[in-house]
Amino acid sequence: MRRFFRDFDWVLLGMVMLLSVISVLEIYSATLHTKFVGFHKSQMVYIAIGLVLMFAMAKVSYQWLLEFAYWAYGVSIAALLAVLVVGTKVLGARRWIKLPGGIHFQPSEWVKLVLILAVARYFWNLANRTLTYKDILKAFALVGLPMLLVLKQPDLGTALTYSPILICGLLLGGIRWRQAIVLCLVFGTLFSGLWFSGKLLKPYQKQRLTSFMNPDNDPRGSGYQIRQSLIAVGSGGLWGKGATKGTQTQGDFLPIPYTDFIFAAFCEEHGFVGAAFVLALYFLILMRLIQNAQTAADLPGSFIVMGVAAVMLFQIAVNVGMVIGMMPVTGIPLPLMSYGGSSVLFTFLALGMVMNVRMRRFVN
Amino acid sequence: MESDALSGRNEKLPTGRLHAAQYILALVLTILLVGLWRLQVLNTDSFRVLAEANRIRKVPVLAPRGKIFDREGRLIVDNYPSVSCFLLREQMQNAAVDLPMIANGLHIPLDQLQATVKRFQHAPKYEPIPVKEDITPDEQAFIEAHRNELPELETLDEQRRLYPPGGFAAHMIGYVGEVSEEMLNDPQYAEYEPGDVVGRSGIEKTYDAILRGRNGSRDVVVDSHGREIGHLGETPAVPGHDLRLTIDLDLQKVAEQALQGHNGAIVAMDPHTGEVLAMVSRPTFDPNAFSVRIKRDEWNQILNDPNHPLLNKAIQAQLAPGSTFKIIMSAAGLQENIAENLHVFCNGGGTYYGQYHKCDARHGDVDINHAIPWSCDTYFYTLADKLGIETIAKYATEFGLGQKTGIDLPEEATGIVPSEEWKMRNYHEKWYAGETISVGIGQGPVTVTPIQLARALSGIASGGVMRRPHLVFADEIPDEQKDEYADMFPGSGEKTVPLDPANWETITDGMAAATMPGGTAAASHMEGIDFAGKTGTAQTVSHDAAAKLGLHGSLTNAWFVGMTPRRNPDIVVVALWEGGAWGKDSAALVAAVVNAYVTKQRKAAGNLVVEPPKPAATDTTSVVPQGEAKPQTGPQSTASLQPAGVQKTAGTL
Repeated sequence: MRRFFRDFDWVLLGMVMLLSVISVLEIYSATLHTKFVGFHKSQMVYIAIGLVLMFAMAKVSYQWLLEFAYWAYGVSIAALLAVLVVGTKVLGARRWIKLPGGIHFQPSEWVKLVLILAVARYFWNLANRTLTYKDILKAFALVGLPMLLVLKQPDLGTALTYSPILICGLLLGGIRWRQAIVLCLVFGTLFSGLWFSGKLLKPYQKQRLTSFMNPDNDPRGSGYQIRQSLIAVGSGGLWGKGATKGTQTQGDFLPIPYTDFIFAAFCEEHGFVGAAFVLALYFLILMRLIQNAQTAADLPGSFIVMGVAAVMLFQIAVNVGMVIGMMPVTGIPLPLMSYGGSSVLFTFLALGMVMNVRMRRFVN
Repeated sequence: MESDALSGRNEKLPTGRLHAAQYILALVLTILLVGLWRLQVLNTDSFRVLAEANRIRKVPVLAPRGKIFDREGRLIVDNYPSVSCFLLREQMQNAAVDLPMIANGLHIPLDQLQATVKRFQHAPKYEPIPVKEDITPDEQAFIEAHRNELPELETLDEQRRLYPPGGFAAHMIGYVGEVSEEMLNDPQYAEYEPGDVVGRSGIEKTYDAILRGRNGSRDVVVDSHGREIGHLGETPAVPGHDLRLTIDLDLQKVAEQALQGHNGAIVAMDPHTGEVLAMVSRPTFDPNAFSVRIKRDEWNQILNDPNHPLLNKAIQAQLAPGSTFKIIMSAAGLQENIAENLHVFCNGGGTYYGQYHKCDARHGDVDINHAIPWSCDTYFYTLADKLGIETIAKYATEFGLGQKTGIDLPEEATGIVPSEEWKMRNYHEKWYAGETISVGIGQGPVTVTPIQLARALSGIASGGVMRRPHLVFADEIPDEQKDEYADMFPGSGEKTVPLDPANWETITDGMAAATMPGGTAAASHMEGIDFAGKTGTAQTVSHDAAAKLGLHGSLTNAWFVGMTPRRNPDIVVVALWEGGAWGKDSAALVAAVVNAYVTKQRKAAGNLVVEPPKPAATDTTSVVPQGEAKPQTGPQSTASLQPAGVQKTAGTL
């Protein structure tokens, strides 16, 4: 037990908890005058559960987890298929499976964890070998299959969060420049073909993806959301309007200010100074993860940590980018900030895997 | 699988790739930070403005318009509560969907609604667009029921104008309407904003600046659903000033009734001051019907009515004065020392410049003392011939004809005083001496308005003292606006025209004789009242022209100018009856008003002397208390002037 305390990454946990406190406070502020008042308490419960799960995850050896990675992958695919067949339809999308006891289970979030492990396992097996196009295609199939299933639900945001796992794996797994360029060209052509054929995405998804470039074209839908988000962030100024004083947040102009747009609410109330502080925290957390990847005892450990870092960076970039009008509205939550059980539990479990890897850095 | 897994053991990731990952991380977060800097530091001001526009809504607080009272403080024009509907464009999410819904629910033609919205496209977004005024409870219920779908609709309680029913005093009072596009482009209306209510005619237009007040506004904090969650501040509305007119409602009612069923006008005026006591024009219109929400076809119907119901004939009808002009002829003749000793033998007419001009009767030997009461044309043909058109024009102009009187109403007409210069200017022809003969009896090119005639004869009966007719007491105008109003109505103004006392007596005695047995208006003789006057029957269409139009006989306008007492009268009344056969018909209308006036004065004075004491015209409220004035008016109290449905507002008096 003493070794657990010695090897556990308390610095990382400290920064994570600091962000969690900021998250709870901002959720409190953003829901103060809405019917969602009290959500910050639920968030605290989620964080508490997340901490327990994180410690549990840290205890189980990741090597053991890797053994079961492909089995878990198979179960995940089955679960995603089950969602499509028997899932509960909410707002036109099947994302949840109703479990006995009134629990709604959203497999697509947990598949991320499994994918991180599966990809780590896959590239570990390929270690010390030059990647062939066949290897690359296999990697694509590995991530692409669950991605397509989630896209089918449809849940574009979650499906996109699978892609950084693949990209990270390819980059760290030793893809060569020429291969990368060829891949970019092939996927660029493929994607634009599918885009214009209309088979890949539903019209509302397309509109969401493009309206951020010209929000005034779609003032009622996502264009309105982006507009209000920009107003919230911009009007926050250097120092912000103060906690619970954001007019955009409190007046309900900002859409869902406790989940997807929580960063906009935070920016409005705490200004550029607050926003820079949070971005700095993210930077330090991610740098810490990269450092942990470096000190990992073996290759799969590094892949796991980097997979977690890649997913987190991707979510931060897409969410903050959306809030400041640089990215489309995709419904991707901001890790450690946005309200929501699935998001909080995933993040803490993922960080648990990171702790797991770190604690075993001196093993062997 | 186990062996595969073991093969990768102890391998490490290349440090270079992890460094690259660090650079990517730093780059991504730097881009985000730059994006935040751009929004929060570089452009924060413009976003702050947008945030404020989001949450702060300016709700107009409408200023109640001043009420209008008669000279004794009796209510003529009131306000009543009404609900208006506004459109807040900031709240409107999809005009293509919402506008048809609104048009349907509020019963507005869609094209009209779209035009209204278009008219505001250059106005600031936060400015509410007035959609419909005076909405019904049903329409109000529609707005309430669609709060979620149509958050852009806002209702506003306001005060609306309530005019007397049946077009009572409508021309004089005028009406209000929404300020028009042309007016907004006019610098004169610089301080008006789209949707403001403005006086469009009559007193409402002239004294708009006094009556209108100034709208205020309330800054309320709202959430995205338009719900009020607080309020910041308020600019209070400044109510408009009430206005007391010189009109005497009792006389106005009598005049309105006298002219009922006829076309024409009646003006009653106090010659001592120029205060107008009554002013009626017929046909009339109901300002209640269209000052708020007139339908297009209703409006066209009024505009195209051949009787021109919108025309205020008291100041805008320019007609031949007929024999009433003989009073001005008499003044000219006497002042020029021609009429004093002029004797004309009337044999039913006479030939002048080769043209025969007839008279209504064979008056025999006529001098000035008989010419006025008998209204002998032959006498005045001769007098006109002796005076010549230039002298006639000089006196007519002196007595204010051919120019505005300067009454405080918009668009007063000038009438025509013909002269040699006038003919040359308008027809590029020389004046023929023969034309002067017709002018002598108020025919030919000479035209006057009723208010001009009232003023001219007031001046002559008052020994040459001419007053500017007006409807609003000078002390009703705030000091800071006095100069503006003094310059607003240039006319011949206040002046004294030289009139020899002997001539004054001759003319006024002649007019008194006209209402005595043997005079042209003998039928309107009133026992115990020193009533004087002059009839006039002006041909508008000759026998021949009438025959061409398929009419029998000629078309005439009947005039009468009456006053009491004969010298320095307290009241002068002009009646114009378009299509009236004889001047004496109009005399009955005037007599009704004069009789009402005298009766009222005597009751107020509490005795029945023949010469009523001069009323304290500017302060009748003390002389004629409300309680005493009321029994005379009987059931026609002020409240009965108001439409039945909204009596509660008027009944508070």
